[in-house]
Amino acid sequence: MKRAGALPGFGLTLGFTLLYLGLIVVIPLATLFTGTASFSFGDLQAALLSPRVLAAFRLSFGASLAAALVTAVFGFLLAWVLVRYRFPGRSAVDALVDLPFALPTAVGGIALTALWSDNGWLGRLAATAGFKVAFTPLGVVVALVFIGFPFVVRMVQPVLQDLDPAIEEAAASLGADRLQTFGRVILPQAAPAIASGAVLAFARALGEYGTVVFISGNMPLRTETVPFLILARLEQYDYAGATAVAVLMLLLAASLLLAVNALQGRGGAAGSAHQ
Amino acid sequence: MSAVAAATPRRATTDPLAVRVLLTGTALFFVALFIVLPLVTIFAGAFAKGAGVFWEAVRDPETLFSVRLTLLVTITVVAANLVFGLAAAWSITRFRFPGRRLLSSLIELPLSISPVVAGLVFILLLGDAGVWGRFLSAHGIKVIFALPGIILATLFVTLPYVARELIPLMEAGGSQEEEAALTLGARGWQIFRRVTLPNISWGLLYGVVLASARALGEFGAVSVVSGHVRGETTTVPLQVEILYNEYHFAAAFAVASLLSLLALFTVGIKKWLQCRAKGGLAGRGCTAGMAT
Repeated sequence: MKRAGALPGFGLTLGFTLLYLGLIVVIPLATLFTGTASFSFGDLQAALLSPRVLAAFRLSFGASLAAALVTAVFGFLLAWVLVRYRFPGRSAVDALVDLPFALPTAVGGIALTALWSDNGWLGRLAATAGFKVAFTPLGVVVALVFIGFPFVVRMVQPVLQDLDPAIEEAAASLGADRLQTFGRVILPQAAPAIASGAVLAFARALGEYGTVVFISGNMPLRTETVPFLILARLEQYDYAGATAVAVLMLLLAASLLLAVNALQGRGGAAGSAHQ
Repeated sequence: MSAVAAATPRRATTDPLAVRVLLTGTALFFVALFIVLPLVTIFAGAFAKGAGVFWEAVRDPETLFSVRLTLLVTITVVAANLVFGLAAAWSITRFRFPGRRLLSSLIELPLSISPVVAGLVFILLLGDAGVWGRFLSAHGIKVIFALPGIILATLFVTLPYVARELIPLMEAGGSQEEEAALTLGARGWQIFRRVTLPNISWGLLYGVVLASARALGEFGAVSVVSGHVRGETTTVPLQVEILYNEYHFAAAFAVASLLSLLALFTVGIKKWLQCRAKGGLAGRGCTAGMAT
């Protein structure tokens, strides 16, 4: 409270901020919930309990979870290598990690599809190995890993950078071998950041549309994700059905994120750690 | 064991060469699989049918139209969110008021909402069947499946980017300099222009770059509200989708390759700005990135 209001512009900037945020974010989002409030129980049941909807939710949550796990492992590995080792091209690789954030999702989507479809470079290899990637749930996971791993890398990098080497030296001098030091000293300190990054990747994956639509093939019951289902219902002018699915997805995602936050003990560690 | 460790103390925090090579190799393999090969696929696809087809696709009137539309949307949206970001950062970091933290998290909210849902809410609000849609259509104003809808959806999606760069930066900088300027008799606008702006210019530019990249490439939200009216509401990413779905793969990748060049440019600028911003602040070099 030190000298609050000493600088000018409080009313103007706060007023503008609230008005803008209200018009662009709060009121539009509130419409989503006022719209659902008028549904009867029967409406909701019809909109949400069809096999197609359940299959889409199973795929979206399952693929996002799988992608988050892959992302946690490889995101950590990449962060470790970038922070600890020196190799030619390290700086370029570090910059390229941001590419999935900067690349329009549709572009990433068609690139991954071309790469993994049966006549693509990697799709052909996969086919000779006997499995398909594009137009299967596996393809959805590939797309979600692409869009998610930078979250983990960028969360873990600063933590690894700030690790005090003295602690590792102490562990070594007390007789720990390198693997023990890693498992007992380094990993516990990096774990919260890995988890936060994976949670962000998961949240992003749940709602992802552009990267996924092309590679998934959007077959109802098989490779249709929740965001695509919302769009499909909109295109049939089934606004109520689209809204019901969207609200359910938001509520499930929010409760999951809250649960993870609670599990991490120090609430807010994952939520406010976007930086 | 411990004798060896004591003799060569640096060994304690370095990994054996074999481990380093193995881990670096695995990491680079992952990068090749998920970043390099997709990029190469785009450029190979763009020139798969020769440079002629590439140029034809890029100079196609529909493509040129989509480029103009996307530029218009991006400039409008980034300018609006820049003003918002400055206002939000000023009010949140220079004053203490109840609900400050809540306001900060509300600003970040669009980051965790599916782009499809971002489009959906505007259809519910302003579409023909929507709350205000009937009023709008009675007055002949078209928002959904038209330019205003695209701008609104893009505003929603890119709203946090400038603000969330500026807020931590201005919080860390503190307000002493501005208060000094105030006691020296400077007025509000002068303080902002002469004291605040020079201190935050790199962070501001960084936020603008991130917001522009997202606005240029936004697909999900725009896809929902655009209605895919050809030659009217097709932004560049939607044009890529149309070409791809119509099996004009070379043309789709040609347009996509331009977007990829922009993305590479963005990534490069981001790295450069981070080095600049961090060099003076923390001195931890340029490798620590920030999640977007």
